[in-house]
Amino acid sequence: MQSKPKVRFRGSEAANGLLMISPTAIYAILLLAAPLAMILAYSFMTDGYLKIIPHFQLCNYVGECHSYKDVNGVMTATQDYLGVWSDPRAKSLMLRSLMISMVVTAVTVLLAFPVAYFVSFYVAPSKKSLWLFLITIPFWTSYLIRVFLWKVILGTGGPINFGLLELGLIQEPITWLLYNVNSVVITLAHAYAPFAILPIFVSLEKIDRSFLEAGRDLGESPFMTFWRVTLPLAMPGVISSVLIVFIPTIGDYVTPSLVGGPEGKMVANLVELNYKKLDNYPLGSALAVSSMALVMAVSLLFLFMNRRFLRGNKR
Amino acid sequence: MKGGWFRGYTIAYLIFLYAPIVLLPIFAFNNATTIAFPLNGFTTTWFGKLWEDPALHKALKNSLIIGCSAAVISTLLGIFASRASSRYAFPFKTPLMGLIMLPLVMPDIILAVALLTVLLGIGMPLSLFTVILGHVLVCTPFSIAILSAAFQSLDQSLEEAAYDLGETPVSAFRLVILPLVLPGIISSLLITFTISLDEFIMAFFLAGNENTLPVYIFGQFRFPQNVPVILALGTILVCLSIALLATAEYFRRRGIAKTGGKDTGGFL
Repeated sequence: MQSKPKVRFRGSEAANGLLMISPTAIYAILLLAAPLAMILAYSFMTDGYLKIIPHFQLCNYVGECHSYKDVNGVMTATQDYLGVWSDPRAKSLMLRSLMISMVVTAVTVLLAFPVAYFVSFYVAPSKKSLWLFLITIPFWTSYLIRVFLWKVILGTGGPINFGLLELGLIQEPITWLLYNVNSVVITLAHAYAPFAILPIFVSLEKIDRSFLEAGRDLGESPFMTFWRVTLPLAMPGVISSVLIVFIPTIGDYVTPSLVGGPEGKMVANLVELNYKKLDNYPLGSALAVSSMALVMAVSLLFLFMNRRFLRGNKR
Repeated sequence: MKGGWFRGYTIAYLIFLYAPIVLLPIFAFNNATTIAFPLNGFTTTWFGKLWEDPALHKALKNSLIIGCSAAVISTLLGIFASRASSRYAFPFKTPLMGLIMLPLVMPDIILAVALLTVLLGIGMPLSLFTVILGHVLVCTPFSIAILSAAFQSLDQSLEEAAYDLGETPVSAFRLVILPLVLPGIISSLLITFTISLDEFIMAFFLAGNENTLPVYIFGQFRFPQNVPVILALGTILVCLSIALLATAEYFRRRGIAKTGGKDTGGFL
């Protein structure tokens, strides 16, 4: 804010601001920060069938764990299970989810960039918000039904196979489009498209167009101007697009359940299994915490690799 | 034509974006129980069946209750947060706003299981109320994104003029600021309602024995013979969402025009 706090207002500016934000902040602390802290704590505790035994242990992450059950007032060990990083199935599921998220992010952001570029550089200013509105509409309409329709589109009776069969280009329906990693990547790239386009668009809008003219005047080709001026200036937007697509996709539940098939399952499906069917909250929490830690580590590495684009906006 | 190659690409991209939405009514009116080409003739049977399913009506009622409550609460919380962040400088502003906006990037399933853990931990039974709690968490960042634009384009001297003319902070807010940001508030209510109506994961984990519309839809996908009816329902929902969004966009733009701001486009 440019103006200095005015003395005539009751209380200081800091007190007013804190008071004003307090309802929202308290809500977020109670229903977001505390729950997240709680699953972190749960992931170190012992499973007591429908209740949690506050006994610290690391076996939900590495090693072998026991579940306990109350039998006539005595907690008795009932079942053994492997920790997230010791169970080869859980581990491979997490690494596969990470891989799928990275591919989805790359595909989504690469496909989105030219769209953002077109809207920012070629669309008349008065028409820009109409284009952005057109781009965001599909994003707001029934997610479940959109995912289901991708299952139809990619399936054996879908428009792709039907069209190719009618044209005589194939003799039998293509089956490798659905129920594998391909279909998960296509569906997620569709679902997160506006999330990728909007940040890139915003950063392209901020570019001073005279920089580009200067580049041309100094004898750079259009491509080199793009490579040396436009792209570096758009990088902050590209970086936010990457993070805003990458972080939520790893936890997507609907897409892998509907179009993933056995090969396309992701970590959210296992979290759901542990929470809803097996009632093993400590293991479910350890899975959730591990996958978030994995995503955070990759995101921080990505930010570190791109740090030169984020250092100040001086130049 | 300006930007020929980019224009062609963007149109192809829009076809990719709209492909599922275009196919939806085609199959909803198709006279066949299997969702596949070739088409088999026109029918409105599937739409007729929507009136016959009491479970669907219950789910719709639940979704409307949740949607209205979540829209009102998250917009109120959004007003407080966006007003605070655009008007005042205060300690812990960045971490607090970061925490409030976190659900925008967090996978919903993490938020849902975290909330579920706490609710069961304090012994609160799962109900529509717990779904509302979850939806408010997810909707508030969107409300803030919309309202921040409205609050940031406010001219602070208008408010100061009101104080100089003897208004109290409350009456200045009601008489000067509220009318200017009202279009933003309406836009926020409509968008958060649309998000809540469509939200699946939170409801899937937090609804207990109750159903919301998306939970009901997800359950029906297991029965192939019910899918055409779901696509008919989907067609109605998509039309409703587009109508709500177009209205929200209209109010968002009017709000920005009213406060004299420049339209940067988009909700995010």
